[in-house]
Amino acid sequence: MKKRSFGLILYLIFAILPIYWMVNMSLKTNEEITGALSLWPQHLTFDNFRTILTDPAWYGGYINSLIYVLINTVLSVAVALPAAYAFSRYEFLGDKHLFFWLLTNRMSPPAVFLLPFFQLYSSINLFDTHIAVALAHMLFNVPLAVWILEGFMSGVPREIDETAYIDGYSFPRFFIRIFIPLISAGIGVTAFFCFMFSWVELLLARTLTSVEAKPIVAIMTRTVSAAGMDWGVLAAAGVLTIVPGALVIYFVRNYIAKGFAMGRV
Amino acid sequence: MQLQLDGISKQVGADTHIYPLSLSLVPGKINVLLGQTRAGKTTLMRLMAGLDKPSSGRLLADGVDVTGVSVRKRQLAMVYQQFVNYPSFTVFENIASPLRLAGQLGEAEIRSRVEAVADKLHIAHLLQRLPGELSGGQQQRTAMARALVKQAPLLLLDEPLVNLDYKLREELRAELKELFQHSQTTVVYATTEPQEALLLGGNTIVLDQGRLLQQGPTLEVFHHPASMRVAEVFSDPPMNLFAAQVSGAQRAAELGGDIALPLGPHLQALGSERYTLGVRPSHVRLTPASAHDYRLHCEVELAEISGSDTYLHTRHGEISLVAQLPGVHELAPGSAVALYLNPSEVFAFGADGRLAGSPQRRQAQGSAPWPA
Repeated sequence: MKKRSFGLILYLIFAILPIYWMVNMSLKTNEEITGALSLWPQHLTFDNFRTILTDPAWYGGYINSLIYVLINTVLSVAVALPAAYAFSRYEFLGDKHLFFWLLTNRMSPPAVFLLPFFQLYSSINLFDTHIAVALAHMLFNVPLAVWILEGFMSGVPREIDETAYIDGYSFPRFFIRIFIPLISAGIGVTAFFCFMFSWVELLLARTLTSVEAKPIVAIMTRTVSAAGMDWGVLAAAGVLTIVPGALVIYFVRNYIAKGFAMGRV
Repeated sequence: MQLQLDGISKQVGADTHIYPLSLSLVPGKINVLLGQTRAGKTTLMRLMAGLDKPSSGRLLADGVDVTGVSVRKRQLAMVYQQFVNYPSFTVFENIASPLRLAGQLGEAEIRSRVEAVADKLHIAHLLQRLPGELSGGQQQRTAMARALVKQAPLLLLDEPLVNLDYKLREELRAELKELFQHSQTTVVYATTEPQEALLLGGNTIVLDQGRLLQQGPTLEVFHHPASMRVAEVFSDPPMNLFAAQVSGAQRAAELGGDIALPLGPHLQALGSERYTLGVRPSHVRLTPASAHDYRLHCEVELAEISGSDTYLHTRHGEISLVAQLPGVHELAPGSAVALYLNPSEVFAFGADGRLAGSPQRRQAQGSAPWPA
């Protein structure tokens, strides 16, 4: 019993140490960070956070990121819902193959699509817009969303659909009033997965933007200035970047495992 | 509603689920679809509802061709074997939903109708709950209430009681009959249980492996099964069947061994050939009921108590015989027992399985068709 809790505590320390260290750094001054080792801030300061929340170059990055992440999440789920319903409820020519090949989009590294996206968006004036990043991320998120939602939808008995039709529901009304509430957990989990992918994705987001829609992850990689590295501010930015993900994961915490199993548990 | 199936068939891939069949439902009555599992009851019902499209044939409602018409545009209600309700609606909203969608009734009228039907099905006190908080029986009552409140001219019930426990099933079965007695609705009721068909009365359609075997008034089908297969499907426990050779002179059937069963008056016309004779387990008794009863000495193999009856499995030489005896009888396996059966209650089927002779019904009988 004691041995086990000792192991668990050790594991917890290892797991939480990097996060603790980042929070620790974000509350220190640059002098202290680059100075001798200290396990907690000797001169507690919130200046790093103040810098980020007051400098438009910093907080603008968060706003840009949130905008395209939200657009991407909403669009991905909106597109995936009808597709997943079709895969779950109907039989059509090549449905199984199509369903499988959807996932091939995720089998190639995002970098493969860098050049075509960059060239395409430049030529249709989408470069450096939020929608550009959102659309690019949908290439990866929609297949995943379809797979997860299909799993959740297939868990709803088809008889409910039929009963609704017999009762006289039109399809849109049935879908919104009856079906969506039944798979709300699945929609939450799907949204979470889309959100997380888009929130942490760096390569496409950085390449497809320059000034107007520059995401926070891109800004964070460019903090080396003439004055050297601004460690404290960078750590504070890192802490703030964790917050949205932590918030979203809190709401779907009970369904995450089912989501990882594509709704098929 | 007068629903008519004209040469309807259903094929899925290479499998034939329903062979072409024609039938017309008796309007305003209960039509029982009787058949064992995989007989095609559910498939046929889905075709009647328009949930699936037949591979061939036409579906006529009151003479109008409704083949391929969307189920939304048809006037019908359906209750599934599984308890299907809208989980996010309260019981009240579940029952009210078909009325709300019809959009012709005011809120007060909807409320009074929902309450009336909930009252009939004894779920009036549950109206504010969600279906997930109800027991299986209550969930199925909710589903039935939703189907009934619509007052659709066609009501399809697909083994609605099969997932309920024994007591509830008995209770609901009796209530259902009451509910349908005075309605104008054409009811189709699918079941595997002969008892259910007899209790509901009306008309019975016997299905087997996608084929329509027989249809007619329930008692008519029960007493005069057109074939051995119908008799098997429409008998629980299954009918006792014996291969027999009818000999001309003595007017008796040799069942093998030393048994020569005299033929009843209804079987006098049988030729001297091989037949299969059938006796319902309920017509095998421990004590003679009349002077004509034939006595058979058997050895008990198993006495199985089911409800208030005892199913006695016995053997005489090569012949095995099952008797359904009212009451509880404890007979040890291996003990000897004398069983009586009346030759006038014996069915005869020809070599092709068709009915060659069935017992004459005593009109005076008047009691329940399913013997106690």
